[in-house]
Order: sequence, then structure tokens, then C-alpha cells
Amino acid sequence: MPFVPHTEEDIRAMLEAIGVESIDDLFDEIPTALRHDLSEEPALASVPEGLPESEVSRLMHGRASEDGSPLCFIGAGAYEHHIPAAVWEITTRGEFYSAYTPYQAEASQGTLQLLYEFQTMMASLTGMDVSNGSLYDGASSLAEAVLMAVRANRKSKSKRILVPRTTHPHYRKTADAIVKNQGITLEELDYDLETGHINPASLPDEPGDFAALVIPYPNFFGVLEDVDVLTDWAHSHGALVIAVVNPVALGLLKAPGQWGEKGADMVCGEGQPLGVPLASGGPYYGLMCCKQALVRQMPGRIVGRTVDLDGKPGYTLTLQAREQHIRRSKATSNICTNQGLMVTASTIHMALLGAEGLKRVAAQSHANKQALLEKLTAINGVLNVFNRPSFHEAVIQLSTPVADVLDALATENILGGYSLADDYPELGNALLVCATETKNDADLERYAEKLQRIFNK
Amino acid sequence: MSNVPAELKYTKSHEWVSVDGDVATVGITDHAQDLLGDMVFIEVPDVGANFNKGDDCAVVESVKAASDVYSPVSGEIVEVNDDLADAPESVNSDPYQSWLFKIKLSDASELDEMLDANAYSGVAADDSH
Repeated sequence: MPFVPHTEEDIRAMLEAIGVESIDDLFDEIPTALRHDLSEEPALASVPEGLPESEVSRLMHGRASEDGSPLCFIGAGAYEHHIPAAVWEITTRGEFYSAYTPYQAEASQGTLQLLYEFQTMMASLTGMDVSNGSLYDGASSLAEAVLMAVRANRKSKSKRILVPRTTHPHYRKTADAIVKNQGITLEELDYDLETGHINPASLPDEPGDFAALVIPYPNFFGVLEDVDVLTDWAHSHGALVIAVVNPVALGLLKAPGQWGEKGADMVCGEGQPLGVPLASGGPYYGLMCCKQALVRQMPGRIVGRTVDLDGKPGYTLTLQAREQHIRRSKATSNICTNQGLMVTASTIHMALLGAEGLKRVAAQSHANKQALLEKLTAINGVLNVFNRPSFHEAVIQLSTPVADVLDALATENILGGYSLADDYPELGNALLVCATETKNDADLERYAEKLQRIFNK
Repeated sequence: MSNVPAELKYTKSHEWVSVDGDVATVGITDHAQDLLGDMVFIEVPDVGANFNKGDDCAVVESVKAASDVYSPVSGEIVEVNDDLADAPESVNSDPYQSWLFKIKLSDASELDEMLDANAYSGVAADDSH
């Protein structure tokens, strides 16, 4: 068959074969209110007419200049970190500049070696046996981990997953959207209002059959969960443990592979804090690691190291039988791309920082958060909400509505934090604040000073 | 031509069955292993699991493909071949000794629907063309 677009005749023949009158009939399932009638004039009225390059350039520069460079104290899943200039200089070299693992992958040994190094770093950071070459983002990596747990847990036939409410609300929503039509239910575990973590004493004695427990670390409030107790509790009930981590925090904190007696079974999370800029929300990438025993249930590409006919080291995609081009509808996932360019940046970022550098980033971020928390809670009308240790984020309570305070701070070019009003109304006027290593004492002082002034008004 | 022992029963989907009392031992045929190529992983079912005839209950993964193995009869898994975890290649070298699982028959009459060596040889020969 020649590789040419379909002719009118081809299209007619295909429609006839499936018994449909027109191509439009294929879209009948989409409600008409959501469809745009292309036959209407002008078609796609909301799409503007074309512009010359010079005018597009002027327009985009104008928009870019509106971004500004506010002092940012928002975390909530995406974190501002210093990225050495070398990271993106190397990442955007022609040899690396692709979002994908290449087709005919083995012809690109450099890309494969880099992915292999990435996997090695991730496995080492999380204390797991294997890592894949990445997924879309943190939220969908949790969804994939949930699907994986249900496939992998052969002791439990349950499709029930326990998910603490301290897990990122967007992750919970995304995972639910992806897994619910497969009959999997995410059941929430409530947190302790004093501590902001899952109190082990509140865990049910007879939780019933469940496939896995999700443990966020640090959790959405920045608070450190009691990971050892939670891990052992889940295992004692025949469930697997899915860790949702911030990889930067693991520079300092206990790797999921060492949690409890047997360690977590799977680790997922958002890779953005490792060398990927905030960039108005993306592209980011998801990380996923697991124990060796579960590797055949893991989605995504995996690069392995081998030797060629001459005994020289070489890199190759491995365990591809899990993947959709071989296993078709029974593949571990049919979302099997990766975010190669982001992973490239992360790998170079981690290589430049080293284990010691990553640890220092984590420690300085934690120290800055502590300093910020002290300055802010010294203000009359600001309270620290939770009494448990946290990483580089904390929840504070304000005596006035959060939205008004954030607006007032924004006029001072400060992004004051993430309002918890929608996701956690029980916390009242609660604000999630974050300080990474990018902030210095003057930045922290400026935030505290502006906030003080707003409260004095 | 592949090896098709006369004393076994077969399915069109290339499983072989040997029956002892009410327990059937199941593997994949010489023809199947030849088509699939070098085995790298065999996923066997759980002991105690119940399957209906025709359910997919195991996976054989070769360098070329991952294929489902279908239960030739209905019943409960009573034993699985754990040796295959470390030696999947034995399915290539000795397919009729390298059984995957043993299943306790819930309906012995299902055996009557299976192929004998002669009929299966025909299926395998058609397949090869």
C-alpha cells in the first residue's frame, strides 16, 4: 500500500465497510453543544487570522514581558530551585534535543546511556531496584502506580486503594479520573487536624481487603508522614505500598526502599524539582520506580545495559513485551511515552549537583522554610497550624481571608502561597507556604514585612 | 516438522494436556515454542485460582512476543511449575516436560472436545504455511 493520504474513494470504501454514512457520524457520541460546525462561516471563528512573523514576534514578546519575576512562595507540587546554567545548555544541544526515546532506539546510544544513568540515579535515590525512563507527570504517575498495584497484588484481588487526604488533591483527582472506569476505587484516609499527618492510631484494625496504600512523602502540607509504621501496617494487611515522593526531599529523607521492615513496593512522583523550570506549569515529568519482583507490571520504557558481540558495553530498550507495540491491549499501559527532554535535564542536573549537592539543596530549603515560618508566625494574626516536622512547606492560618491577603501581596510582587480554602475548608483561612534554597534572608524578611503591613492596615 | 507426542491431547491455541485421574497437566507445544522463539519469562497462575475453559491464565514471554496461554479445561489450579521462574528456556528445549500448571478438572467431558495428536499435527501444519 502506498503511503498517500486517503482519497475520497478510499474514505467512501472505509465508511461503507463499517456501515457509516459520513465521517461526522463517527463523532455522534460527542454532544452537539460541544462540537463546532466546520461548515459554518467563518469556520472556527475564535481562531484569529494568520499574522506575519514580525507581528507574531511582537505579540509574543509583549505577552512574555507581562510575566514579570515575582518573589514566589508557592509550592504545592511545583517547586522553584536553582538550575545551573550548564543544565539547559547541554540539554538543548542537537544531540539531546528530543522529547522522545528515539525510534530505532539502539541507534542512539548516547540517549539510551543517559536514560540508563537517569534510571540508576532514580533507583539509588528512592532505594528501589528499578526505574523506568519516566511518565507524563506526577499526577498521572500516581494513576499508573495504582493500576500497577491492582495488577501486581496477587494476594489481594481487591480493587480498593487507600489514599490519605494528605496526598496532593490534583493527584487524587487525576488518579480517580483515570482508574475509576476500571472499577478501581480510591478510598480516602483522613488526617489528624493537630499534626497534619495520618495518625497511625487512627488506622482501622480491620481495614478490609485493599490492594495498596498510598503514602505521600512529604505530604501535600509539607508534613512528614510516619512512613515506617504506615508501610508495615499496609504490608501486614497484604497490601502494597505506593510512595509519592518529592525527589529533592529524598536527598535528605529516608528512601522509600528503607521504609518499615520491607520497604515501599513502588515509588512515583513529580520530577520537576530536579532541573525543570516552573515554566507556567509544564512540561514536567513523572518518575516511577519499583522492586524487582514487580518490574513486569511497570509501565513505560526501560533501558538496560548489555554487551555487544565484541564484549563492549551497549544500551538497549529492555522488557518491551510489557509495552503496547508488543502486548497490544494487554500492555501495562497505553500511555507509554516519556518526557525525554525533561529527563535529560534532570539527569544532567543531578550529575552536576551530586548526592552531596542534592542533600545541601534539601537542607537549605528546609532551613529557609523554618526561618520563614518563624518570621511569619511572629506576626500577630498568623499561626502555625501543624505541630509535626515538615520539609520545605508549612501551613499557616491567617486571621483574615486568605484570598484578600494573597491579592494584597501580589500588588507587592509577592506570590504568598497556595490557598487551601477549596481543598481543605476544614482548616479555615489556611495558606500553604514554601521556601526553597532560592530564597535568601532578605527575601524572607521582605515577605514578613509586607505581610505585617497588610495586617496592620 | 515439530514433535507431537501421540499420548497427549491438544488445543487449537497450542496448549498440550496430559491427564492423570482428575488432574490435567498443561504446557505449550513444540510448535508453539518454535513460533515464539527464545523464552525469557513465564508467568504462571496462582495456586487456588479458578478458570473456565478458554480463559487466559498464564503468559509466555519470548524475545519476540508475550502471548497468553489459555486454560484448555475448566477447574482449579492445584500446582504450578515454579522451576520456570529461573529457567524459562526449558520450555524451548523440552516443551513436553516443561509443564506450566496442573488444573483439577471440574468437567471431565471437556477433554472430549480436545484434539488428538493427528488432528493437532494438521493444525500446526496449516499454521506453518
